[in-house]
Amino acid sequence: MTLTTTHLVALLPIILVCATAILVMLGIAWRRHHKATTIAAAVGLNLALLSLLIVWQVTPIETPLLVIDGLSVFAMVLILVSALACTTLAHAYLEHYEGPVEEFYLLLLCSVAGAMVLASSRHLATLFFGLELLSMPLYGMLAYAFHERRSLEAGIKYLILSAAATAFLLFGMALLYAQSGRLDLPGLTAGLANNADVWALAGAGMMLVGLGFKLSIVPFHLWAPDVYEGGPGPAAIFLASASKVAAFVVLLRLVMTTPAFQGEWLNQTLTVLALLTMIVGNLLALNQSDLKRLLAYSSIAHFGYLMVTLVVSDGLALETAGVYLITYVVTVLAAFGIVTLISSPYGGADASALHHYRGLFWRRPYLTAVLTISMLSLAGIPSTAGFIGKFYIIALGVDAQRWWLVGGVILGSAIGLYYYLRVMVTLFLTEAGMQRRDAPHNWGIRAGGVVVLGLALLMVVLGLYPAPMVEWVKLLAATRIG
Amino acid sequence: MTLVWLILIPFIGGLLCWQAERMGDAAPRWIALGTMGLELLLTLWLWWGGDFQLPEIASAQASQWALEFRAPWIPRFGIEIHLALDGLSLILIALTSLLGVLAVLCSWKEIIGRVGFFHLNLLWILGGVVGVFLAIDLFLFFFFWELMLVPMYFLIALWGHSGTQGKTRIGAATKFFIYTQASGLLMLVAILGLAFAHHAATGVYSFSYDDLRNTPLSDELAMWLMLGFFIAFAVKLPVVPLHGWLPDAHAQAPTAGSVDLAGILLKTAAYGMLRFTLPLFPEASQAFAPVAMTLGVVGIFYGALLACGQQDIKRLIAYTSISHMGFVLIGIYAGTQLALQGVVVLMVAHAFSAAGLFIMSGQIYERVHTRDMTQMGGLWGRLGSLPGFSLCFVAASLGMPGTANFIGEFMVLFGTFPVAPWVVAIASVGLVLAAIYSLFLMQRVHYGPAKGDEPLEGLDRREYVMLLGILALVLFFGLYPQPLLDTSGAAMHEIQRLFTDPALTTTILPTGVS
Repeated sequence: MTLTTTHLVALLPIILVCATAILVMLGIAWRRHHKATTIAAAVGLNLALLSLLIVWQVTPIETPLLVIDGLSVFAMVLILVSALACTTLAHAYLEHYEGPVEEFYLLLLCSVAGAMVLASSRHLATLFFGLELLSMPLYGMLAYAFHERRSLEAGIKYLILSAAATAFLLFGMALLYAQSGRLDLPGLTAGLANNADVWALAGAGMMLVGLGFKLSIVPFHLWAPDVYEGGPGPAAIFLASASKVAAFVVLLRLVMTTPAFQGEWLNQTLTVLALLTMIVGNLLALNQSDLKRLLAYSSIAHFGYLMVTLVVSDGLALETAGVYLITYVVTVLAAFGIVTLISSPYGGADASALHHYRGLFWRRPYLTAVLTISMLSLAGIPSTAGFIGKFYIIALGVDAQRWWLVGGVILGSAIGLYYYLRVMVTLFLTEAGMQRRDAPHNWGIRAGGVVVLGLALLMVVLGLYPAPMVEWVKLLAATRIG
Repeated sequence: MTLVWLILIPFIGGLLCWQAERMGDAAPRWIALGTMGLELLLTLWLWWGGDFQLPEIASAQASQWALEFRAPWIPRFGIEIHLALDGLSLILIALTSLLGVLAVLCSWKEIIGRVGFFHLNLLWILGGVVGVFLAIDLFLFFFFWELMLVPMYFLIALWGHSGTQGKTRIGAATKFFIYTQASGLLMLVAILGLAFAHHAATGVYSFSYDDLRNTPLSDELAMWLMLGFFIAFAVKLPVVPLHGWLPDAHAQAPTAGSVDLAGILLKTAAYGMLRFTLPLFPEASQAFAPVAMTLGVVGIFYGALLACGQQDIKRLIAYTSISHMGFVLIGIYAGTQLALQGVVVLMVAHAFSAAGLFIMSGQIYERVHTRDMTQMGGLWGRLGSLPGFSLCFVAASLGMPGTANFIGEFMVLFGTFPVAPWVVAIASVGLVLAAIYSLFLMQRVHYGPAKGDEPLEGLDRREYVMLLGILALVLFFGLYPQPLLDTSGAAMHEIQRLFTDPALTTTILPTGVS
């Protein structure tokens, strides 16, 4: 086929992000300038975000390798927003970092391009390409503060385990290819429709392992807490938001279109994994004394809830996944954003131990209010975005009469409350913390602070008036291909 | 719009209090007092001007609400901001705002740190509770139901007292929160189950009370959904196997928190049963009534017996609450007009007597700095007029004729007798235990050998007026309960009609659903 202008328009966001990456690279080669690099990256991401408005006019559209439909547009919006938040926070974070700082944005932009390709892939080749383009720069971002032992460890750990997961993914793809002789998703669907045998099942299972690793689904979650804790704040933000969104969207697409993923056996495996992920994630978070580790486990648990949509995968499932992803991303960006702000400007390992946050409210009331709202949102308390997400998940479970999963969500939420409350009450205690590290005094008027305050506002607005979000997701879900 | 303002006033007042902290400690207190005063006046104005007689019951079109407010919220699922007021909710809102005023007053000297934030939490609890009493859309109801927990958590965790035996205030607050939130999620599942059953039957999503009441349900499903609601309310009431959070939360909370918990938060559960469990699932509730009544009787005895063995004065009062709520549960599931009206009177009466007792124990704590009754004794004569007030509230709590508590308990027992004579016979024995723990309380705190002989500071004017005001109300409604009965009569009649005559709800199939 030939590429027409329409195709180019549809691919505009990806092209823009790649172009920005090249521009930033050339800029660094020409002259290092932190602020200019940040601005260039932010402008590029914003342009890509705006271009989605144009893309929306031509969707749905397919190329042999990529599909731009409602689901991809949705994922791109979330990825770009996360990347923007990440860029802004990284600027404050890296301000006093001794060593080259500009490359961080280059890595970030490459990773964003990878995530966007992954989310819109309709071919196993683009799926693999996107996943690797997403992960490779992340190794660099996680180990960015490489003279910090923890950071280096995080990078290496993610690299090794990620490579293992990739091996599984490739093997799974090979098995599916051996069965159907095709690599594009519609071809796979057609090839496997009538003879889904044990090899196809094994292939699907192995791909699930590979993607499950990226989503840190139990039992492939072991890397998550160490990597989140060790990696620099902005890298952890990206890992928890954009990377997970892209991997989840592609898994959702696979489960919904490919028959090999819809068999009885795999469905039950998904159910068990979902239950395990909810419960184990929450249980392990109970005794954490480090906020970033705690958030890592909490994010594991949240993907357990989200997996309910994979198990059900019809009716409300797509809409639920969309709404939940939005609420999750907004919340997690705010929570990690605060940790990053407190640790900014860079000065050794991040201030993420809970005792750093003791009595924060009495020094920084608004900053604490944001963190409190995001904890409430993670716990799914009404008037925050998280509640709407949880409402959708439970509604989906009840509608599909998956009582085990509903029970798991309730049990998980009840356990989860304990540690979210622990964090919250720590913020308000009067006893002074042991080691104080604090955000700069004028944090509220700086870019990072504005982003975090905006996210907090968004959490409350989405919690109180979710109707526009619901309608938007419904509209996007309606234009999915396949 | 009046209904929306009833909810918004406490929330806005709370924010003002928080910001007013910069102007000194007094400003938040006065703002909070003014806010609750305004709320009370608004409610009384509604009471004065409203007509709470049920319009002709025969005409099915007529609304059962005195005031209503509707606005779309999440059209995707047919969720609306749907508020409505009838006699029952009006009484409870009036109670809420009155106890709100008392809660602000009784923390005037007790709370000295972070006053603005304290009043923010206090007023937001009250706002959430008013929302619970007004919401008629089940989603909105759940929203407020959960919303009021967060400020309550902060109130206990930040301004509470750490108890004896290593019981921390944070532990108590967390326990309270997890109990109520987890049971609340069960209710959410039940609400969703009901809404989807309604969707399956009619093809329309709705969370409206009026629509869902007519949902055709299989017996089994109705029973499960009813249990989902019941457990959520049973935790809050509390019903005995689910009461674990209550003594800790009460004992560790600051006085204002205890007053709110005992006076209002427990009432939200009874309100939920009256408003939702019974009318939504009449047959299932009928079938479940023997179990519920048994649980009520168990609660009466369990609460009373444990109250006898307490050393901590606030724990003692907390256990008496469990005992009194046993009567409420029996009355609700008896379902006769007399018993239901008795429940309303008993709720109001218990709110007053428990608030009085908690305020009093707070005042004793401010003077002797302990809640351990073995450290008290002989306070009569050292404390000015406080012991006299104690005697009155204790008498009210045990149901002495002339107090509102007597009217309530009498009506509940009298109204239950035709339905379940044995339950009444056994529950009456519980009244004897009530006398025993009440006398224990008086004996240990006010009589016996004194631990010292220097006189303690007497009641100041604020404290005196508070206690006198509550006492006057207890006696007024004890001698002339007719205003309460008149106001709640129509609402209770409606509930009784739906509950005892389930045929009515099943014959009206959802034809009028739009």
